[in-house]
Amino acid sequence: MLTKDGIIKSIKHGFIEWVESIGASINESVKGLGNIVLFTVNFFYWVFKRPFRLHLLVDQLFFIGNKSILIILLAGSFTGMVFATQTYFGFKLINVDSLVGAITAIGLAKELAPVLTGLIVAGRAGSAMAAQIGTMKVTEQVDALEVMGINSIQYLAVPRIVAGTIAVPMLSAIFLYIGNVGSYLVGTTSLMIDEAIFFSKLSEFMHVADIWQGIIKATVFGFVISVIGTYFGFQVEKGAEGVGRGTNLAVIWGMISVLILDYFLTVVLVRIL
Amino acid sequence: MKFENPAISLQNVTKTFGEHTVLNNLNFDIPKNKITTILGFSGAGKSTLLKHILGVIKPTSGKVIVLGQDLAELDEYQKREFRRNFGMLFQYAALFDSMTTIENVAFPLKEFSKLTLSEISEKSQHLLTAVGLKSESFNKLPSELSGGMRKRVGLARALALSPHIMLYDEPTTGLDPITTKMVNDLIVETAEVNKENGLTTVIISHDVRATLEISDYVAFLDRGRIVEYLPVDQFKKSEHPLVKEFLRL
Ligand SMILES: Nc1ncnc2c1ncn2[C@@H]1O[C@H](COP(=O)(O)OP(=O)(O)O)[C@@H](O)[C@H]1O
Ligand SMILES: [Mg+2]
Repeated sequence: MLTKDGIIKSIKHGFIEWVESIGASINESVKGLGNIVLFTVNFFYWVFKRPFRLHLLVDQLFFIGNKSILIILLAGSFTGMVFATQTYFGFKLINVDSLVGAITAIGLAKELAPVLTGLIVAGRAGSAMAAQIGTMKVTEQVDALEVMGINSIQYLAVPRIVAGTIAVPMLSAIFLYIGNVGSYLVGTTSLMIDEAIFFSKLSEFMHVADIWQGIIKATVFGFVISVIGTYFGFQVEKGAEGVGRGTNLAVIWGMISVLILDYFLTVVLVRIL
Repeated sequence: MKFENPAISLQNVTKTFGEHTVLNNLNFDIPKNKITTILGFSGAGKSTLLKHILGVIKPTSGKVIVLGQDLAELDEYQKREFRRNFGMLFQYAALFDSMTTIENVAFPLKEFSKLTLSEISEKSQHLLTAVGLKSESFNKLPSELSGGMRKRVGLARALALSPHIMLYDEPTTGLDPITTKMVNDLIVETAEVNKENGLTTVIISHDVRATLEISDYVAFLDRGRIVEYLPVDQFKKSEHPLVKEFLRL
């Protein structure tokens, strides 16, 4: 029956439920954050412990590189081309189109290269980390390691996290380079900017600090993406949805962390660099 | 039952997860160089018991003593070292799926032995041959092997570091009769072959028929308590109502 009281009651009830559900999910998130911090502490404990399994680190570097490099090249070149084209038509209005190369390079170095590389690696490698470790967890391969006396964090998470921290800045540098190649090609051919001016403005306006800002960001992103990827791998429990859910969470939280951290890193880095 | 110098001794072991008591004041000895099976319904606490023996989880109260060593006296690092006394065959073998058959068996040797690479390769081949694997399977990935073959490889890997205690988790559950017989034969053969080095076998299972054939002793775990523990011949004649019900399954 749709009485007025009934409707008000059900709205009230719905509201309370809604608040409760928010409360519960905040509660869950805080717990999750606590766990991930613990996991990170665990990583720092094990990363300095012998044995150092360098071959696993090398494997992971190749794995992350292979997974992402093609997309990085594609995304990098087109991002540089688009950015150059867009700035050109804006800058032309106030006759500063000679700055296209410089502005594109700075934008790529400080923001687009690290952030887009971070998003790509989160989608490709971060998810794969969660899937691999999650699968090992449900098939008891993680237990098999532990029964042999091998710490699974040290064996599985450490090489992935270290590799991610090294690989993302390297991939971001590739993104930056190829993006500039794209911007240069578009700028000097289709936009008819003089090549000499393109380069002189680039060296005039672009500073080493801009590159450092990107490298530092990419390093932090690489670390966080791999911590999240491995963490959600270890969180996988037996059951049908387990591995897929872990993979999804790794991608979502990896990407969100990149975007949120980007802001805070920017705030800090523009001051200290 | 009490044994002289048991391989494993649980003394007043209680384990609670929150409110839930999973192991309830267990007193339980497992004899050396015998095959002992722990039977029980699903959820009885068998896996939890196994994890206590391995020192993966700590009892809420009580003592776990393995090969004369109180596990509580070991620090984290020593506990990991100590685990090399164990070999374990997992229900689905738990082979590392990124490694070939022979790499799986070589893995513990590479990690823990001081053997050279060629010695490791030789030993791995020997171990695989001993569990009945043909050389054409040595370089296959686990995904290319049948369930029975995977168990053989898992057993070879577990035996690589010559453990003193072999643990089998549900070794025959869900297998067809022929593979069940094969796995049983492997367990018995492994126990026989390694007798002179001293190999204690512990099986946890809820597959009664398969395990009774090969066990020396059988314990029945129910809701965290050992309610019956007898030599296999007497166990078969047990008057305990739960055991009788279980044996009829
Ligand atoms: N880590 C844990 N946290 C909470 N409860 C657990 C945990 N591990 C096992 N249990 C509970 O203990 C009981 C026994 O589990 P388990 O030892 O796996 O039984 P079995 O192997 O005999 O099927 C189950 O009710 C299970 O839910
Ligand atoms: Mg179990």
